[in-house]
Amino acid sequence: MSVASAGTAARTRRRPSRWSGVKGEARFALALLLPAAVVVFGVVLYPVGRTFVISLFDVTSPLPGDYPFVGLSNYTRVFRDPAFYGVLGHTMYFTLVSTAAELALGIAVALLLNAPLRARWFWRSLVVLPWALPTIVNGALWRWIYNGQYGALNGLLETLHLSDTPHQWLGSPFLALNMVILADVWKNTSIVVFFILAGLQTISSDLYESARMDGAGAWAAFWRITLPLLAPSIAVVLILRTIEAFKVFDIIYVMTGGGPASGTQTVAFYTYLQAFSNQLFGYGAALAYLIVLAVFALAMLYLRVLRQGQMAGVE
Amino acid sequence: MESTSSSRTPEVLAATPSRRTVLAAGGGIGLAALLSACAVGGGGGSGAGASGSGKGTVRALFMKQAGYSETDIRTMTKAFQAANPDITVSADFVAYEALHDKIVAAAPAGTYDVVLIDVIWPAEFGSKHIVADVTSKWPESWKQDMLGGAVATPQFDSHFYGVPWILDTKYLFFNAQHLAKAKVDAGELDTWDGVLKAARAIKSAGVTKNPLVWSWQQAEALICDYAQLLGAFGGTFLDSAGKPAFQHGGGVQALEFMRQSIVDGLSNPTSTQSLEEDVRRVFSAGQASMALNWTYMYGMANDPKQSQVGGQVKVLQTPAGPSGRPGVNGSMALAVSAQSKNQAAAWKYITYLTSQPVQEKYALSSLPVWKSSYDNPAVVKTNPAVVPQAKKQLADLILRPQVKTYNPLSQALQTEIQKALLGQKSPQQALNDAADQAATLLGS
Repeated sequence: MSVASAGTAARTRRRPSRWSGVKGEARFALALLLPAAVVVFGVVLYPVGRTFVISLFDVTSPLPGDYPFVGLSNYTRVFRDPAFYGVLGHTMYFTLVSTAAELALGIAVALLLNAPLRARWFWRSLVVLPWALPTIVNGALWRWIYNGQYGALNGLLETLHLSDTPHQWLGSPFLALNMVILADVWKNTSIVVFFILAGLQTISSDLYESARMDGAGAWAAFWRITLPLLAPSIAVVLILRTIEAFKVFDIIYVMTGGGPASGTQTVAFYTYLQAFSNQLFGYGAALAYLIVLAVFALAMLYLRVLRQGQMAGVE
Repeated sequence: MESTSSSRTPEVLAATPSRRTVLAAGGGIGLAALLSACAVGGGGGSGAGASGSGKGTVRALFMKQAGYSETDIRTMTKAFQAANPDITVSADFVAYEALHDKIVAAAPAGTYDVVLIDVIWPAEFGSKHIVADVTSKWPESWKQDMLGGAVATPQFDSHFYGVPWILDTKYLFFNAQHLAKAKVDAGELDTWDGVLKAARAIKSAGVTKNPLVWSWQQAEALICDYAQLLGAFGGTFLDSAGKPAFQHGGGVQALEFMRQSIVDGLSNPTSTQSLEEDVRRVFSAGQASMALNWTYMYGMANDPKQSQVGGQVKVLQTPAGPSGRPGVNGSMALAVSAQSKNQAAAWKYITYLTSQPVQEKYALSSLPVWKSSYDNPAVVKTNPAVVPQAKKQLADLILRPQVKTYNPLSQALQTEIQKALLGQKSPQQALNDAADQAATLLGS
């Protein structure tokens, strides 16, 4: 047997085995992916499908049964519900203000933590603390801080001789909404700080050096170098925070219960009330579906902006 | 220059899904929708309940605050298990504000065999088969042996959906030392006018800045206080035809009374953010002189370990208004979950907890539902201050509307009452708006 023919024979023999190897690998990969697929189907796709089906029926009990098919009337009812526009307004305000505040504060703190400080590790771990606190605990904590009778905030203002009349921080609807936002910002700025800090660490110091040599000050360097290069991290954090803020529920539930005078009710809270307290599961499902669609639209919008590369600085 | 890591993140996020991925995702959602369409409502449902063997495990759901404490219930349960060794009880506790929704969410899976239900829920839970109809199990004698308010608690449409366990209404608690300092006679607190007069005297004497504190947070607690005042001023929630009536007469006067007490600085402004526990804290800290609350506050506010005003707290029945002094029926009942597979054992547990000897033993936390208990010297001795007041008050109770759509009706009323309390609307306007919403809900 010639060397060449031996080689060809070997290739001929190897080819099917290589293919079957690939198939085997693919099967193995599929088998490994299967548990994840089952989980994704179970906790994402199935509830998404089920919620949609429920939203088409007038379901008024948690128990299975025959409920009248109402088509899309639960959806049209949402837009005819005067209370919905109020809660939508609160949600939009909460989302915009909390996300903007968390971003601005997050960038500032991240810049500080990126500076050559002494015991930087300590400051960094300190900043993560609010985020590590469960939202329920955070809500209860701030409810106490804001209490008009024995709250720490009034106590602090009195000690500092800034005000000696006790303020009702959660006493009027608009003020209460802002105070809940403050509590949310206190907790969630940490996560923004860490995303931004990670972004900051990827920016080479050479850039700042050459900018300095070109006569750029700290302010110009921030606007011309730091911010554009941070854009990807900012975009990621914006997506995460906007979506989370839009879905806000737990902190409202603990701090105000939607009051006073429904002034802190958000879409997610209202959905919960309709579905579980009022047992209007069909209507609640339609509301929940609209939240999903709104969040989906927001995510797509951000991704679109990112893909264009303008915000990401990726051309 | 550009760092590679910073450019990678958006690319990954911005990856355009291929057509195949989109189709697969669409197919997945379609399949999910198809599968989830199999049964509408519920979490799969374990079918109807069953009586069971009368043995095994009983899971029970209670509330954390007011009435019997968690320790009381655990001690009662221990005694029940000792007497019934073939039944094991596992008890869960949630805040009152979470109780209704937890019962609803747990219903399809039949998680609980026994649930504690409020007086406002039998219409909803009974008609939706969340709790079992136990009319046939109710001995005829209970109807005579229990107080009228108790018998009405688990009832809807002449059916019984549980056994009354916590018989409660709101009493007026006052700090005797504060009254003495302001030279106010406790006898003045017999009427709401007298209460306001006393509050003015206490305020002007500088004893407390805001002598009254209430649970007027946007929650059911607000409706309980409003109900009691509505009754005193001669109002009713619904008229005889079942239509909203709280926007007329006594209903409006009650809300005007509430609003005016805030405007005059007699009611603590934190009231609109307070639940019963907040009321207890403020009162126990000596920062309020008078408060409306459930029975349980007496023991806790007078306990020096939990209160700064221990020993100074006295209790009276609710003050009278122009039309009398009905107390809000704030009773609760123990019900068998309709989906429970162990209903016989659940019933045994319920009959034990609601039995006269057990209730009499724990009378300091919550007063018994049994008429004769109030003449039992042992019970009077357990709670000598509250029992005489209760004996008078429990015969005169006002019920909140027993309707299937109570929760949304109550939410509408809470929001509008708060708008009036915060001065955003006049009491009349707020109640008119609430009545419009209530009329739609009652008609639906």
